[in-house]
Amino acid sequence: MVQIEIEKPSERGFWVQLRRLPRAWIGAGLVILVALAAIFAPLVAPADPLKQFRDGLAANGTPLPPSAQFPLGSDNLGRDVLSRMLYGARVSLSVSVIANVTAAIIGTGLGLWAGFYSGPTDWLIMRFVDVLLAFPAILLALGIGAVLERGYRTVIIILTIVTFPALVRLVRSQVLTIRERVFVESARALGATDWYIIFHHILPHTITVTVVWTTLSFANTILVEAALSFLGVGIQLPDPSWGNMINEGQSRYRIAPWMIIVPTVAILITTLGFNLLGDAVRDALDPRTSQR
Amino acid sequence: MHIGTWQPCPDVVYLGNNVTAYLLRRLLGTVGVIFLVATATFIMVFLMPGDAARMYAGPRAPEETVQRIRVLWGLDQPLPVQYVRYLGRAIQGDLGQSTRDKRPVLQAVLERLPATIQLALAGLFIELLVGVPLGILAATRPGSWIDQLATMIALVGISIPQFALGLVALYVFGFVIPIFPLGGYGTPLHLVLPALVLGVGGTAFYSRVLRNSILEVTGEDYVRTAKAKGLSPRTVLTRHILRNALMPVVTLAGLDLATLLGGVVVIEAVFGWPGIGLQAWNAIRNQDTPMIMGTVLFASVAVVFLNLFVDVLYIAIDPRVRLT
Repeated sequence: MVQIEIEKPSERGFWVQLRRLPRAWIGAGLVILVALAAIFAPLVAPADPLKQFRDGLAANGTPLPPSAQFPLGSDNLGRDVLSRMLYGARVSLSVSVIANVTAAIIGTGLGLWAGFYSGPTDWLIMRFVDVLLAFPAILLALGIGAVLERGYRTVIIILTIVTFPALVRLVRSQVLTIRERVFVESARALGATDWYIIFHHILPHTITVTVVWTTLSFANTILVEAALSFLGVGIQLPDPSWGNMINEGQSRYRIAPWMIIVPTVAILITTLGFNLLGDAVRDALDPRTSQR
Repeated sequence: MHIGTWQPCPDVVYLGNNVTAYLLRRLLGTVGVIFLVATATFIMVFLMPGDAARMYAGPRAPEETVQRIRVLWGLDQPLPVQYVRYLGRAIQGDLGQSTRDKRPVLQAVLERLPATIQLALAGLFIELLVGVPLGILAATRPGSWIDQLATMIALVGISIPQFALGLVALYVFGFVIPIFPLGGYGTPLHLVLPALVLGVGGTAFYSRVLRNSILEVTGEDYVRTAKAKGLSPRTVLTRHILRNALMPVVTLAGLDLATLLGGVVVIEAVFGWPGIGLQAWNAIRNQDTPMIMGTVLFASVAVVFLNLFVDVLYIAIDPRVRLT
């Protein structure tokens, strides 16, 4: 698990630090590239991702290699791989964004609650977190995939469930130290309510942890979504997702390796981008782990 | 255990007789978590769409047979009764019957377990075999090209989806250059590719953790003293730095084995490796609910126990461990 300890450096120092790291630029560039591809997929994609072209298959019924009509080849049903890859970016990114934002809210909320009110509530929340962390992620996902109707919404639920528990622990440990600081004590002495203290004095100090952690967890949710769709419990065909594209290519890797290579490269670009960016953000915030 | 014989030092927490109390508390906590895990799986089983008894009997079985199965499994009882019975059966190791091959789930899981353990251990072996030297190399020359390269490998390693890497490995080393078999189980050759692919992510992770840990330890006073004594850099590294820097790696390796056990589903699916992950995946496709939930419960309990084991191991090897 990622260990983040932050002394809350000045905001300005953070951006200056971040801008100095080449990793930040490369990472941000890759992420923006994928985001643009996802947003403008309908404009950039040469074809409808679901359309099965009559001339999309060779005479013997095999997928076509890259050509002028199909820049990245066609798949087993004569669909355009490039278009499916672009629309797949929409699915992967949107699912990850929604799941991570939800997880950030739930994780921060429960972490604040557990850390601020120690006692039975804290104990209960932490045991709940322990239980969720005890389930191996993919197996838990298979279990949930078996219970709920498979598709977009279920994938988001699964990704949220495998993402937020670790954040609860992280935020809680932050709150435990902040709670004892002098400014909290003085606020309490001045008669501030619990809500006021939590929102005005404690939450601002935990935001950085949440942001760093969420940036780093994006790559992971993208990988889990791909794995789920690959295993058939994620995004359902014919809707394109990078994971289910690889699944379709799996049995045809000898005759149409591009069916696997294209979505794999797409996943790699995205996760590499988020990992580079997350790594840079962490280093900019915590100089102790920096490169030199 | 000989923990109590350690002498207290200024920055060392003396465990004394607290160890037994700590272990007891830890064990109780573990039992609690397992209880909650079982509750969670019960809820998932309960929420499962479809009629389990009908699934077991088959679509053409007469209604009386299905009703008999319902009574036999207690599905006609109120929910709290079902819940208590479920827990009671689970404690006795009865995780239900597979609806597909009508066998006890536990038996099926235990049959497949050796294959998964074999793969997980092989993956862990690769992770440590490559990750530890890579981490040491990177840390002894921070900022050098080898450090940069190790960082790059680490980043790509955690960024690439394992199943895609597995397929590429199969294509290259199984098909284009046919050195290894195209999936399956049996000979040591079958193990090589899945273990390598499984190990890539962890290799990256360990090299990074070890690198940072070594750099942190290198700044300690006792390392400076060792250098000042005129010890060779090699002795300082092996005797003074590594001994301490390897601690987080040991802990992580234990935790990692737990994740590997439950997380090899994807690798097993790609390579047709007959472990519990592949079995769970097949169960999903056959809508074999008891099998899926049984595997989930089994794997989670294994993870919880491994975590406990790692904690105990940690106390045993690091006298400075602080108990909170």
